[in-house]
Amino acid sequence: MKHLLSTASLAHADASAILDTAEEMSAVSTREVKKLPTLRGRTVVTLFHEDSTRTRVSFEAAAKRLSADVMNFSAKGSSVSKGESLKDTVQTLEALGADAVVMRHAAAGAAHQLAAADWTDCAVVNAGDGTHEHPTQALLDALTLRRGRAAAAGVDPRGTDLAGMRVLIVGDILHSRVARSNVWLLHTLGAEVHLAAPPTLLPVGVEHWPAAVHYDVDVALAAEPDAVMMLRVQAERMGGAFFPSAGEYTRRWGLTDERLAVVERLPGPARDGSGAMILHPGPMNRGVEISSAAADSPLNRVLDQVSHGVSVRMAVLHLLLSGDRGPDRAAEAASPAADPSTDRSRP
Amino acid sequence: MSTISQPPHFAAPSAEEATAPVLIRGARPYGDEPTDLLLRAGRIAALGAQAAATAAELAEDGTPVLTVEAAGQIALPGLVDLHTHLREPGREDAETVETGSRAAALGGFTAVHAMANSTPAADSAGVVEQVHRLGREAGWTRVQPVGAVSVGLAGERLAELGAMAESSAAVRMFSDDGMCVHDPVLMRRALEYVKAVDGFVAQHAQEPRLTAGAQMHEGAVSAELGMPGWPAVAEESIIARDVLLAEHVGSRLHVCHVSTRGSVEIIRWAKSRGVDVTAEVTPHHLLLTDEQVRSFDPVYKVNPPLRTAEDVEALRAALADGTIDVVGTDHAPHPDQAKECEWVDAAMGMTGLETALPVLIATMIETGAMDWRRLAEATSARPAQIHRHAHLGRPIAVGETADLVLVDPAERRTVRPEEHATKGRNSPYAGRELPGRVRATFLEGHPVVLDGALATSRTGRTADRTVAP
Repeated sequence: MKHLLSTASLAHADASAILDTAEEMSAVSTREVKKLPTLRGRTVVTLFHEDSTRTRVSFEAAAKRLSADVMNFSAKGSSVSKGESLKDTVQTLEALGADAVVMRHAAAGAAHQLAAADWTDCAVVNAGDGTHEHPTQALLDALTLRRGRAAAAGVDPRGTDLAGMRVLIVGDILHSRVARSNVWLLHTLGAEVHLAAPPTLLPVGVEHWPAAVHYDVDVALAAEPDAVMMLRVQAERMGGAFFPSAGEYTRRWGLTDERLAVVERLPGPARDGSGAMILHPGPMNRGVEISSAAADSPLNRVLDQVSHGVSVRMAVLHLLLSGDRGPDRAAEAASPAADPSTDRSRP
Repeated sequence: MSTISQPPHFAAPSAEEATAPVLIRGARPYGDEPTDLLLRAGRIAALGAQAAATAAELAEDGTPVLTVEAAGQIALPGLVDLHTHLREPGREDAETVETGSRAAALGGFTAVHAMANSTPAADSAGVVEQVHRLGREAGWTRVQPVGAVSVGLAGERLAELGAMAESSAAVRMFSDDGMCVHDPVLMRRALEYVKAVDGFVAQHAQEPRLTAGAQMHEGAVSAELGMPGWPAVAEESIIARDVLLAEHVGSRLHVCHVSTRGSVEIIRWAKSRGVDVTAEVTPHHLLLTDEQVRSFDPVYKVNPPLRTAEDVEALRAALADGTIDVVGTDHAPHPDQAKECEWVDAAMGMTGLETALPVLIATMIETGAMDWRRLAEATSARPAQIHRHAHLGRPIAVGETADLVLVDPAERRTVRPEEHATKGRNSPYAGRELPGRVRATFLEGHPVVLDGALATSRTGRTADRTVAP
């Protein structure tokens, strides 16, 4: 694995390796000294053509916990609008000594183009490209789902996948890179994926996806999902373009207090009626796609998702830059006994 | 009924007099039995044994005769492209009439129709006359300007179609190509008005509201890639409207670059009703599909977009059975920076003049979908008839205009855009092996291409020299 560009192209083994490595990284995050020497002397550049403080900070924290140097490069808007080509920007970054580029861009495929062109030898991590993919978000969601089920069963999550889990994704599927990355990854890991959305917010062609499609959230909830993932509704979709009003959206597709009561009674990952997990990629629109009660519910894993984001991104950077594919080396590195002088991942 | 006769706007430039007679030996017209052809004074002077005999007499009288050995090569009437973007005036960094004409000659085209979306647009007599003059000065192929339907291609009010028709460029084909004449009233008026100049409207069928921000064909692949889709219905709904308008006002409609199976069905229906409609398909829509977009390489970004394999099959069948009349290249060169960028920011279009015949051989001849005669009809006779060029697209017969191309169907070559004569390097076939190489192109008997390379233009230009000696 040289780059992480999409989950559509991510094999089960690679996804599992990232999740297992992320478990080791989580252990580091709970230590008093939250730092590993594995990427000392390596440089990670976050190249963000689109504002996203949350994702950027998460990647920055991940890189720093691995002792990498981090450079932040903001290039708001497309390269064309600012008069510098993507090619020139990336070659500039490489000349500055970047080993990995974490890229957020409004254009679908921008990270793929970077990786495919012979413009750079850097490892490329897609941190969200248009409405195409956001693979690390799906990986952190998968980590959250896997941990949630393992905790309910009282087992070690490592080595497990999502086989037998049912996950419902609700909202603007059409414009969501999070939804796309999750559909492919959760399916690869064995989960049964359900989607619920207004027909206007589902892409033509969704019938080819490995997912069951519902227009009615209540019907979808009756299928007893183990987890419900609510997507953020962008303000520009409202006002009649895709659905008549925010109020109608909330009534028909929102996680309202009434639907929260249904979710609380679902069998859930523990199979004991303790309720389904609630996920949200954040930031939440309280009162629109999710009620305040649902946002604050103990079933809601949104803060777990944030901390899992750092662990997953540490795992990805570690695996891409150290050339180490398995969790064992990470475990070794994460163990307090590991001697930094034997760290073969250093250049 | 025509009220204005077409002036001889393809009159030979003066430097053409020097062309020696040409004896082509052993070529196979339309893939038939090998024969000799003698080209003299701009016409096919003799065929078969008579050709060799006359050539021998000429040589005895001291007239130099150029002999071209063409064993194994197919002789076809010179190709006529109704859909070419030459970019001049305004975007000479992308293409000039000179470079585009060279590409045309190398591709076997003896006539190209330069679309109107230059800068300024070809919406006035001045611009079409400029393009026409530049084409005559280049002398590699005939350059027939297309006039804009609306001022500035803005789709708001009619351009001076009459002035362009009466100009020295004698425009008969009107198109806002690149933009759709989407206003139904403006389209109706254009269809009516061109009847006065024996013209026709070539429509770029694209409903603008259904394609706002569209990046690729809307379907399974766009759903996966998260790209705004260009639905087939945006093309089909405009074609359906336009064939009904053409029928209602009794005018001629040509549908540019048909790309969907549904469009084929509508055109087939319209023809069966007797609507005076003709249709065109590009080589790239006969070969490539939206699966190519998975690479995110903007070289595959084109308008209309690459469609599905099902559409490709329907287009091939329609071209073979004549529902689609002609092949038009939609040659659209762009500078590198317009393609070396994010997909959403990249320009739409691909080069096509130098690869059109190889793609047609690969998709239509080698698959057995059609024979050389139908290929000649779709690339030469029909486009000339649509434009009513009386002396172009003529059969290979004694007395006809000596516009010919010799192609070696067996030679397979890897496409290398950096070797092309067009300024555009945006060929979607880069690195792909294609069959068929144009060995020679004759423009009114003058060899503009010999041995697969540029020879001299009819105005004495060479590959290294753009000014006559």
